[in-house]
Amino acid sequence: MAAVQETVDRVRRIDVDQYRYGFETLIESDKAPKGLSEDTVRFISAKKNEPAWMLEWRLEAYRRWLTMTEPKWARVDYPRIDYQDLYYYSAPKPKKTIGSLDEIDPEILETYKKLGIPLREVEVLEGVVRPEGERRIAVDAVFDSVSVATTFQKELKQAGVIFMPISEAIREHPELVKKYLGTVVPTSDNYFATLNSAVFSDGSFVYVPPGVRCPMELSTYFRINERNTGQFERTLIIADKGAYVSYLEGCTAPQRDENQLHAAVVELITHDDAEIKYSTVQNWYPGYSEGKGGIYNFVTKRGDCRGNNSKISWTQVETGSAITWKYPSCILRGDNSRGEFYSIAISNGHQQVDSGTKMIHLGKNTTSRIISKGIAAGVSQNTYRGLVTAHRKATGARNFTACDSLLIGDKCGAHTVPYIEAKNSSALFEHEATTSKISEDVLFYCVQRGLSQEEAVGLVVNGFVKDVLQQLPMEFAVEAQKLISISLEGSVG
Amino acid sequence: MSLLEVKNLQVRVEEREILHGLSLTVNPGEVHAIMGPNGSGKSTLSHVIAGKPGYEVTGGEILFKGEDLLEMSPDQRSAKGVFLAFQYPVEIPGVATMTFLRTALNAQRKARGESEFSTPDFLKKVRSVAASLNIPQDMLRRGVNVGFSGGEKKRNEILQMALFEPSLCILDEMDSGLDIDALRVAADGVNALRSPDRAMVVITHYQRLLNYIVPDFVHVMSKGKVVKSGGKELALELEASGYAQFEDAA
Ligand SMILES: Nc1ncnc2c1ncn2[C@@H]1O[C@H](COP(=O)(O)OP(=O)(O)O)[C@@H](O)[C@H]1O
Ligand SMILES: [Mg+2]
Repeated sequence: MAAVQETVDRVRRIDVDQYRYGFETLIESDKAPKGLSEDTVRFISAKKNEPAWMLEWRLEAYRRWLTMTEPKWARVDYPRIDYQDLYYYSAPKPKKTIGSLDEIDPEILETYKKLGIPLREVEVLEGVVRPEGERRIAVDAVFDSVSVATTFQKELKQAGVIFMPISEAIREHPELVKKYLGTVVPTSDNYFATLNSAVFSDGSFVYVPPGVRCPMELSTYFRINERNTGQFERTLIIADKGAYVSYLEGCTAPQRDENQLHAAVVELITHDDAEIKYSTVQNWYPGYSEGKGGIYNFVTKRGDCRGNNSKISWTQVETGSAITWKYPSCILRGDNSRGEFYSIAISNGHQQVDSGTKMIHLGKNTTSRIISKGIAAGVSQNTYRGLVTAHRKATGARNFTACDSLLIGDKCGAHTVPYIEAKNSSALFEHEATTSKISEDVLFYCVQRGLSQEEAVGLVVNGFVKDVLQQLPMEFAVEAQKLISISLEGSVG
Repeated sequence: MSLLEVKNLQVRVEEREILHGLSLTVNPGEVHAIMGPNGSGKSTLSHVIAGKPGYEVTGGEILFKGEDLLEMSPDQRSAKGVFLAFQYPVEIPGVATMTFLRTALNAQRKARGESEFSTPDFLKKVRSVAASLNIPQDMLRRGVNVGFSGGEKKRNEILQMALFEPSLCILDEMDSGLDIDALRVAADGVNALRSPDRAMVVITHYQRLLNYIVPDFVHVMSKGKVVKSGGKELALELEASGYAQFEDAA
């Protein structure tokens, strides 16, 4: 019908070229020579003044990586990546230890301002009075490979929370890093994770000591700026017994013709009675409308509910990237532990998304919940891939999965690939899945009441994803809502 | 100047002509009833006036406040004052009614170059209108029409009509699915909105509704045309003799 065609045309016009964060920051940078070799790994390690054990760890991963091959099982299709044609390390120059925001290159601060990122310590330094009770966010900003600012250090320190670039943590808290790094995602885990282990340049490290509730949201913003640079962050978050932390991650990149590689590893660990809530709003550059450029996002995110009664919750809003390959997972090791995965994945233009989660039930009476909302428009492909397993000893394991897909137009695809495996008879797994097309009658109802076609699509989609949006911290929910509308409508601002 | 002038309108849906030269003139302050058997094209007329995609206008014109309505997008028509109360209002899961009302009202105001309503002003306005229609607050927090009863859906349409203050209200089968009490509440709501500068087109299959919303004019539609027009007594005449007499006239 005509109305469907109209929506399709509009979505086609929307064009991901209107990507709002596609500017480049002109700063000098300090790069490793192009290509990947043991020397590259040594270069990175030396740049970071790493201890010998860390270099060994990296080299072992590198040697392992040489024996591996790129996985091909995901429903994504992309030209072969030439790993020798990439830069593996890029740091803003002049490189020196940064003690406060004052010392950061003003160009970089300007970039973060453009991104609307709250490096709010600026406000604090300037004596801006904030309303009582307003939540604050401590930010660690990663620019290309290097962490440029971590705010609110003092206050966090008072609470005993360690929040710093992982490169610093390797030097200052080697005992903690050694104890936990690679224990959730081993160096040999998968092709991209192994690559990351060899060349990761920075990322965030969080340790919340026993019984401490982190006094603020912690946040990292990643931005890829350099041309041909791979970004390989490594994030490690540990919530010790009875601790709680909520962590937010945001990502952007400039617009480019060439594809850029992003292969991060995130490891979460909760001990007894601890909880980590990890939220991502991912807005990497999705590529030009003909499918050129954009970020290849191959990410390994995994949480280990190591202690009893612990909980890990992943919430993600994925709107960007040319290719997304991402399965934030939970290992439910402790008895009564709980894993959650709330996801909104939007694909438009030529984007390809293959994302989902794994819930691995090992402990007794472990529970998990998966709510996935996929929205496909343009000629994009959107796949939910999920695995739920119960180990022989995981008696009383429970899972509830609901996967809903919404199609806009008739040139896109939504696919649901659930794998379910119960090795004991007391496990109870429920799975629901729906796929629907955006209703022309609903859109007409909205435009009859004065909304433009774009606003109507945005409203309907935001309604569709509401259950997941509600899981995000307030500030992020608002941002995510805007992003969803932008990524589907192109009506910037 | 007339508010709405439909002149010799011809409309096709999927290659088939549904309206074969329909004319209708509505002036401000008037209430017109359009009656006719199922399939005579009543809903088609209302959809074409509101700008629903999928209809091809092959002849004739529609003027609204002297302007060519067919040139405008549906949201522009809405901002200009065209309101269609749907026979089957749709559900919009996850979008709170209150949010919807506010988004729509502000979109219309913006299109007209008016300032947006402040939150307190908006809430005050919605609450007073909702109270007059017996709409409980919790209904406004629920998803648009999600889980609403038939009567609630129709009251929600009238709530929007009251809020948006359109100059032309088209009510498509407002009475369908309503019991007599629900019908009375809805009709009272509509009657409260009658005003010298607002016109209404009440589409109905049954004369029953017209006992509650008394029209100034009644038009009988059959097979895509207006076959007879008259005063409110025409509705009673129809009630007595049925539509059969008009089938041949078409
Ligand atoms: N989308 C459509 N596709 C095909 N035929 C349609 C469509 N909509 C309406 N019609 C036809 O147009 C005629 C008039 O329908 P409608 O306007 O709904 O009548 P009424 O509202 O008076 O019952 C009917 O014969 C109906 O089958
Ligand atoms: Mg009808």
